[in-house]
Amino acid sequence: MMKYSYFPGCSLDATAVTYKRSISFVAEKIGMELNEIPDWNCCGATCAHSRGKWLALALPARNLALAEREGLGLDIAVPCASCYSRMKHTVHAARKDEADRKKIEEIIEMPYLAKSDVLSFLEIFALPEVMKACKEKMERSLASLNVACYYGCLTARPREITGGISTENPMEMDDIIALTGAKPIEWDFKTECCGASHQVDAPEAALPLIERIFRNAKANGATAIVTACPLCNLNLDMREEEINKKSGTAFDIPVYQFTQLLAVCMGATANEAGLHKHFYPAYDRINDTLRRAGA
Amino acid sequence: MEKVLSKDENKALAPKIAEQSGVKLHECYQCGKCTAGCPMAHAMDIMPRQIVRYMQLGMLEEVLECKSIWLCAACGTCYDRCPHRVDLTALIEALRHEAKHHKICAVREVDIFTETFLGNIKVFGKSQEVILAGVYNTLSGNLLQNMNNVPHMLRHEMVKPEIHGVKDKEGVRRLMKAALEEDDK
Ligand code: SF4
Ligand code: SF4
Repeated sequence: MMKYSYFPGCSLDATAVTYKRSISFVAEKIGMELNEIPDWNCCGATCAHSRGKWLALALPARNLALAEREGLGLDIAVPCASCYSRMKHTVHAARKDEADRKKIEEIIEMPYLAKSDVLSFLEIFALPEVMKACKEKMERSLASLNVACYYGCLTARPREITGGISTENPMEMDDIIALTGAKPIEWDFKTECCGASHQVDAPEAALPLIERIFRNAKANGATAIVTACPLCNLNLDMREEEINKKSGTAFDIPVYQFTQLLAVCMGATANEAGLHKHFYPAYDRINDTLRRAGA
Repeated sequence: MEKVLSKDENKALAPKIAEQSGVKLHECYQCGKCTAGCPMAHAMDIMPRQIVRYMQLGMLEEVLECKSIWLCAACGTCYDRCPHRVDLTALIEALRHEAKHHKICAVREVDIFTETFLGNIKVFGKSQEVILAGVYNTLSGNLLQNMNNVPHMLRHEMVKPEIHGVKDKEGVRRLMKAALEEDDK
């Protein structure tokens, strides 16, 4: 049954508009039900765990407890890698240590039993039934697009929190992207770090991280990069031109969310897939690719 | 710089912080794999491997005063690749908490960003990206940083005039207060 409690996270109401639109388009197409957790709050992101352990555990816990109360035991779907990681840490802590679980309940003033699982969108879309549902809805092909699937850090690490997914060469997104007819390429920076919020508070130190990601994608023949996280996507998309200017590089790689490519192949318009909303132009690459495939 | 920790404090604190983060300092055999894979090492003053070494030697003050613990992006690569599974990511996190406790911070902007972000949640319950950027720029003195991207954000409704906050703001505020009291114990 494709039915989840849904924690969109703060970015989806702001910069991650391309992710938000394509998620709702795809979910509707394949009949996936996403029930937004009522009155959810920010998960605390990197800042809460930078400040203190209990703050980092408690902010996500309020959302998990609300989901438990309203969500009829459904698992929780999380599109942002950072929200996902923070929520998984809380589930992990509450399950591992009964005293910690009780302390969390005290802080959030709500019961929290840690019964439901937290799933990233990658984990969900890699499930056989979801892959099958997507496959059945494919109307167009993105053959001739060479895609570097960029997973970033937190969907994969630390492994005892995420469970399962390979930390060096994950394949989940590659398998999902293959449904669109595009070719997932082999490359070396799948789980390298984008610098996260250091792109804002330590930009000189962090900008080279993004440059290296583009460099490796380009060297391996990528004509698109695909992400599964609002922040990874923003960091790459918003800074590509800046890097070209500063470093004299000529990177020309649009950066999509994986749900955008799925949406396009399921018949979404450019508007429904948010293709005009990128910082680095993203429409033409898709349009040309579709034309070439004769769709 | 004036010493903030006495010799005895220095000695006693290293094992305490290691224990908080679940790290056994003696398990590190200084292979350097953590440093080799660290994406931020190029900007650090003490390498990830050295952070553990300094702690093994009880030289905590040097570690609390370094830039590295603030430049760490918490990517988890060091921990993932460590042949002895030394959780350097958690260790650095605990070091930040300790440094903050002593009011030491070698990369001021990182701390300003963190506090601005948390202040935002305290007020709205959710993170407001634009207010975050504006307040951060003002406090850090980098007034024009990223501002060239704002017109694009406005045009594409990434920035909206209304604010999406939680309804139960008081509940979130109480939660944060209780959690921070626990953290500062
Ligand atoms: S990888 Fe592990 S054992 Fe090797 S130096 Fe780093 S912390 Fe020590
Ligand atoms: S967690 Fe920090 S120290 Fe470890 S590899 Fe990542 S940036 Fe470097």
